[in-house]
Amino acid sequence: MTQMTFARAINSGLRKSLENDPKVILMGEDIGALGGVFRVTDGLQKDFGKHRVVDTPLAESGIMGTAVGLAYRGYRPVVEIQFDGFIYPAFDQIVSQVAKMHYRTQGAVKMPITIRVPFGGGIGSPEHHSESPEAYFTHTSGLRVVSVSNPQDAYTMIQQAIASDDPVLYFEPKRRYHDKGEVDETVDLSAALSMEKARVVIEGNDVTLVAYGPLVKTARDAALAAADEGVSVEVIDLRSLAPLDFTTLEASVRKTGRLVITHEAGQSGGLGAEVAASITERCFYHLEAAPVRVTGFDVPYPYSKLEMHHLPGLDRILDGVDRALGRPNSLSGLEG
Amino acid sequence: MFTDDAGKGGISAGGPGNSENSTRRTGGDLVQLITPAGERISHPEFDPWLQDVSDEQLGSLYEDMVVIRRIDAEATALQRQGELALWPPLLGQEASQIGSARALRDDDFVFPSYRDNGVAYCRGVKVEDLVRAWRGNASAGWDPFTVNVATQQIIIGAQSLHATGYAMGIQNDGADCVAVAYFGDGATSEGDVNEAMVFAASFQAPVVFICQNNHWAISEPVRLQSHIQLADRASGFGIPSMRVDGNDVLAVMAATRIALDRARHGGGPTFIEAVTYRMGPHTTADDPTRYRDANELEDWAAKDPISRVKSLLDRKGLLTADLEAAVAAKADAVAKELRAGTINMPEPQPLDIFKHVYSTPNSWLDRQQDHYSRYLASFGDPAEAASEEGAR
Repeated sequence: MTQMTFARAINSGLRKSLENDPKVILMGEDIGALGGVFRVTDGLQKDFGKHRVVDTPLAESGIMGTAVGLAYRGYRPVVEIQFDGFIYPAFDQIVSQVAKMHYRTQGAVKMPITIRVPFGGGIGSPEHHSESPEAYFTHTSGLRVVSVSNPQDAYTMIQQAIASDDPVLYFEPKRRYHDKGEVDETVDLSAALSMEKARVVIEGNDVTLVAYGPLVKTARDAALAAADEGVSVEVIDLRSLAPLDFTTLEASVRKTGRLVITHEAGQSGGLGAEVAASITERCFYHLEAAPVRVTGFDVPYPYSKLEMHHLPGLDRILDGVDRALGRPNSLSGLEG
Repeated sequence: MFTDDAGKGGISAGGPGNSENSTRRTGGDLVQLITPAGERISHPEFDPWLQDVSDEQLGSLYEDMVVIRRIDAEATALQRQGELALWPPLLGQEASQIGSARALRDDDFVFPSYRDNGVAYCRGVKVEDLVRAWRGNASAGWDPFTVNVATQQIIIGAQSLHATGYAMGIQNDGADCVAVAYFGDGATSEGDVNEAMVFAASFQAPVVFICQNNHWAISEPVRLQSHIQLADRASGFGIPSMRVDGNDVLAVMAATRIALDRARHGGGPTFIEAVTYRMGPHTTADDPTRYRDANELEDWAAKDPISRVKSLLDRKGLLTADLEAAVAAKADAVAKELRAGTINMPEPQPLDIFKHVYSTPNSWLDRQQDHYSRYLASFGDPAEAASEEGAR
């Protein structure tokens, strides 16, 4: 076990993949000499060369489209999109090419492309640097979407994503890059928990609290605070956003009968909607209350002095837990 | 830092004297080796690249063009008869496609657009595979790795980036094959084509961009896409370019060979503008009489790519009755094969809809497939249920 930051853990996982497979190639803006604007690729170009860690021109569709061509040629490109809000120029190549190529060619052409996206807010950035665009991609068939919440998963899952023969969107919570954690670098990828499985982070009996990426830490803190008031919260880290691990989710909700989902992205059409609808379909008679969503608002990501109002924090999550439990809460007395 | 040797010696269309407005000009820098009357014009830069083209090979190029025109006509007929949902005719572009495709090596890799059926035919794609997607029996016609041709791209220009990325891979592998992107005049307005040229130039990737300027992007004339010659755009990226008569199979072949040779020897990308004309509609669903003049069609009919090779063969005394009979027999046979292959194509099965979305099992999709199979099974006979479902 080694103590390392979140960013370092991804770096270490990338290094391992570069070492293990000569077909792995990293591409992106400023990932070479600079080591990426968040230093996630620090030192990799120096050690693996400019042909394996490629600084690209500033054109996201260009990066994604050339990654498709490299995949055609047998490579495993790992693309860095510098910030969440910069992914949209690449949207067409991701949705129309990366996601559909395997289906289009009836399995002849694989697209083992990993798309790393630093996402989410909380770092006081200007516009386009704090977004949570994951639902655009979970809605797109042909893609796998994951989000990591801790250094160990970051290390393991980046390697699992790169090893996947399907394209994977890998969402990194940028406000957690400097958080430290223990990482076992000797982990056996095939023995590790599958990238598609959710994980119960804290066991509890009264309510299921579902989070992913940056809000897993907030959800844990909320569960600990709730415990002080005698409320037992089960926290689930989704890890995989597409497909969702309904086996784990169902087992938890059948036990607790109550469900709260939290994410930074806006509410309408978000992941919370899919979790709530599917769990309601599957576990209706086990639910004691309507599912509750605690999310960002349906606004463009706000300017930084207001972002803490937008981001679900510990108290808003606890308020949602109270709603699910029918305890007094900020909306008590309101219908629906 | 960019190699631009083609800028010297008159091969490039670039240069300060080249500022006339685009579509009407056909003189000067446009390289032509066979006139519309079938006269062979000598050209100091291009001729050395055609020395090995024997009389027999000239006959073979003629045959290819006649056959692909016949495939195109047969596919159009199949659409009119309800056997295909749609077809994008290439009528008029035979020389651009055959001349370039016959210059390629087997290990070169082609990234074509939906109209490049002549290219696919030359690479060995089976004729019924050309229409598989247009019949609605699959999303695409063939396995790219069996013929080194990607499936035909429908998103305009997207494949130019795929070719460039593939070429970057070739470079990393230290191989000497080349990636070739085919696209049209409309595609040159797309961001992807421009980004492809940025990437290709920056990495000096072994890629050839073949732009068939057929003058029309559905109803939009090429002058709406560009205020300068399309070939001139390349110089802004530091990419050498050539502008050739796209209805001249030898000019296109020579230009492609020059570009391929440059790419194989580390000289980086080349842009070729093949100036041709889409004689037919954009697709069988289009009506070009709404937007273009009949006189324009007549002008271009006089520059037909097949009749000029036929005249050249005649001038050389090669247009024998035997050759004509052999070419006609081949065209008939291929058309028959296409028709039979289309009509007898196996129908996809309902649950095929779920196949190949992912390369490994996916729990969401497995559940949807399971539920839909149960739904189909609830009718008793699954085949009957599927046909009823489709009829609604």
